[in-house]
Amino acid sequence: MGRYIRRRLITAIPVFFGITLLVFLMVNLAPGTIVDLMGEGASSGADRAALEQALGLDRPLPVRYAGWLAGLLRGELGQSFFYDRPVSRLIAQRVGPSLLLTGSGVALAVVLALPLGILAAWKPRSLWERLASLLSLVSFGVPGFLLCLGGIALFSVTLGWLPTHGMYTFGTFTSLADLLRHLLLPAGVVCLSSLGELVKQTRAACLEALGQDYILTARAKGLSEGAVMVRHAFRGSLVPVLTTILSHIPHILGGSVVVEQIFGWPGMGSLLFSGISQRDYPVVMGVSVVTALTVLLTNLLLDLVYGLADPRVRYGKG
Amino acid sequence: MEVHAYLPRSPWVRFRASRRAMLCLAVLGLELLAVFLLPPLLGLEPNVSDLEAGFWASPSPAHWLGTDGEGRDLLARLLCGGQVSLLIGLSAAAISTALGVPLGLLAGYRRGLWEFWIMRLADIVQSFPSIVLVLCLVALTGPSAGNIVLVLGLLGWTGIARLVYGNTLTVRDQEYIVAVRALGAGRGLILRRNVLPNVISPVWCSIPLRAGRAILSESSLSFLGVGIRTPQASWGSLIQAAADLTVLTGRPWAWLPPALCIVLTVFCLAGIGDGLRDALDTRSRRLPA
Repeated sequence: MGRYIRRRLITAIPVFFGITLLVFLMVNLAPGTIVDLMGEGASSGADRAALEQALGLDRPLPVRYAGWLAGLLRGELGQSFFYDRPVSRLIAQRVGPSLLLTGSGVALAVVLALPLGILAAWKPRSLWERLASLLSLVSFGVPGFLLCLGGIALFSVTLGWLPTHGMYTFGTFTSLADLLRHLLLPAGVVCLSSLGELVKQTRAACLEALGQDYILTARAKGLSEGAVMVRHAFRGSLVPVLTTILSHIPHILGGSVVVEQIFGWPGMGSLLFSGISQRDYPVVMGVSVVTALTVLLTNLLLDLVYGLADPRVRYGKG
Repeated sequence: MEVHAYLPRSPWVRFRASRRAMLCLAVLGLELLAVFLLPPLLGLEPNVSDLEAGFWASPSPAHWLGTDGEGRDLLARLLCGGQVSLLIGLSAAAISTALGVPLGLLAGYRRGLWEFWIMRLADIVQSFPSIVLVLCLVALTGPSAGNIVLVLGLLGWTGIARLVYGNTLTVRDQEYIVAVRALGAGRGLILRRNVLPNVISPVWCSIPLRAGRAILSESSLSFLGVGIRTPQASWGSLIQAAADLTVLTGRPWAWLPPALCIVLTVFCLAGIGDGLRDALDTRSRRLPA
């Protein structure tokens, strides 16, 4: 096990540095320096130089990278230009709403996808199977922003049931019912855009499990078809389904950037978006690096858990 | 006893036998023809304001889809926007494939440091939700069609490279490769003549899907205002008008056609991908029902 952990960590270290380097270079090599944008009033050479010095931009690139990286390791991501507050505190404020949105959306998707996937595998050529393939087509082919627009057009404008913006009604006390009303549409979109893939994977995993010998055994014991499906085929397919859910984390996080922006949801995605449109580089760097490192860490933990649970993973090639 | 009179031979024959895949191919072909031939044939001008028709005109014989907020003909903008969206999607997929196939081959065949670094590079890129990197890079380098193609193309290689890499790993130690190596063939020759043909089939299936994803990314970017910008149009940027609630419900003709075009195009690309998979890959036939 120790060797396995070491090997896995060795592959994660270059990825960590790669992620940070990519984020750093992306922002720092982009045409149009921060000074050009901030210093529109300060056009003289001396003013520019002073501003560059104040922001630490006069130092060579590797030194700046090292400084930024050292800060990152201490949990300091610099000061936001626009909000004039530490980026880490901005992110800390936004993590909760983002987790609430993606968490509830994905949880809803899982709750719907598992029975639907099982039914689609159990009853081929039924309505369920057709619904499952329709859903996976919708998840793949209909962009998230169109789902948002459709939801707003139907539930907010036409029916007038749900609000279109924010987390709470402006000026009211924060009540749970109000939050839920605001959450419903964006979480519905997050759910719908990951639902198809989950249904597809659950169905495939169940079909695969149905071909195994232990299903034959279960049937031979005289169990009812329902018990075979739920207690054996489904349980046998849980691991691949869980893997799918977790391997979709980057995809889900990405989808919620668009959803948060459209619904004005105060999460990481809309923070990133406002950082981009205001050229607030520390925010852009902070949010993107935190997102990518979250994905890296999740994958690492997952692999370690698999290694613990399944010796074949540990001793397999790698 | 009934004997199958028809044994499909080449992949193309098998592809043609699939009605759904052929329908998707035909629709996509028609779309491409319409988008590139109709504007010159009908004399459509996407950037000319028709002041007589006015702003936000309803559909009429002069403007089949009405006009936008600046009096520009929406049909013209739909078709010209389609040129942009389709070209971006297809060229981004071409770039991703051109990068992903050689990188996957190198990583899988040479292994060692090549494998380590190429796959770590893929890990790095795949740690980011793709929209996050695309959003940042396009916004920072300046939103233009060329930059969008480059960013989408340069970031999209990982999936294809992983596919090629995995297959190359299984192929590289098979006896026929060992035999060719023993005959003294060079590495480049083996990769091109012996490995590539055996690992390329799944790539063909994923190219249409890649193009579909690129079209979706471009439309999301343009919808959010960081992609194609006016006066140029793309399907995504046309839907931006629907962010205004009066347009969303009051003037569906302004944004529904580009929305339907995006969905139809991506569905067709997915259908072509499925058709190619069934035609090329005899091993993974549909699971028995």
